Amino acid sequence: MHELGIVVHVIDQVEELAKQNNVKEVVELSLEIGEVSGVIESYFRDCFEWSKKKTTYMQNCKLNWISIKGITYCENCGKTYGTVEHGKTCPYCGSEKTYLLTGKDCMIKDIKVI
Amino acid sequence: MNDVRTILLHRSVYADNDLEADALREYLKSKGTFVVNLMSSPGAGKTTTLTKLINYLKDKLRIGVMEADIDSDVDAISIAKNTGVKSIQLHTNGMCHLDAGMTKAGLDALDISDLDLVFLENVGNLVCPAEFDTGASLDIMILSIPEGDDKPLKYPLVFQKSDLVIINKIDALPYFNFDLEKCKERIKYRNKNATIIPISAKLGQGIEEVGDYFINKIKCWKE
Repeated sequence: MHELGIVVHVIDQVEELAKQNNVKEVVELSLEIGEVSGVIESYFRDCFEWSKKKTTYMQNCKLNWISIKGITYCENCGKTYGTVEHGKTCPYCGSEKTYLLTGKDCMIKDIKVI
Repeated sequence: MNDVRTILLHRSVYADNDLEADALREYLKSKGTFVVNLMSSPGAGKTTTLTKLINYLKDKLRIGVMEADIDSDVDAISIAKNTGVKSIQLHTNGMCHLDAGMTKAGLDALDISDLDLVFLENVGNLVCPAEFDTGASLDIMILSIPEGDDKPLKYPLVFQKSDLVIINKIDALPYFNFDLEKCKERIKYRNKNATIIPISAKLGQGIEEVGDYFINKIKCWKE
């Protein structure tokens, strides 16, 4: 459900940037979304398609979704592993002294404009 | 399509909210008003806990309350009636959380010029409110016994983010399979710096300890 809130924040930032740069239209938006960020692509796309109709610059904007893999590092054995598959417990040594390296962030990568 | 150009951003989708939240924290500091963001599931006892807590604190501090809900004003009315402090109801219009912009608008409407402490009762939800920084001075949460001792495992972010975890409804402990010690361990596993205070809002148990925790926090914050 929080996808809508995130879409609103993304669109506000892109619209502001479009205005500052005097563009005619934003044709594509690329997002890098971590696998364990808690943002669901299908929900996000639905919210995006609904919200973009209310914008000035993004009426025909295409959404390019780049998924970033969740990778966790184990402090005990020094190995890395897939977070989605194994969670917080290291599959190699069973330690829980682990931390997430990538996959949590939601980034606006770039926009293509005319 | 030769005239298409790319503008690189590479910034977090939360970047604008984070900036607004930091600005709000600065503003609150300059005003001397301490804002506490209270998160929990629906039904964990936010309103009951706040009512008891405010009645303990209201002779010591000037307090205000902002209730955030998707709709209705039952919580704001209940707080006003049972404590007598200034309260305001915010409607999120379907949104499942508050962001810094909404918080600032709510604080302006409440008028914090004569307040030392404002409680912001966030929408009942353990997921979305944890994602958005409201600009509050302190984040806290309530977990209640019927919800189960596994919640720190299932909703990591809200536990990571909370400086204080209140465990409510401990009077119901005999009736549920809830292991208090295991739960505390799991909270510490997510956030080793979290303060944990078990209470029963209904019986008034632990309320003074929570109240004194805030008095202490505000004292440190003002120094």
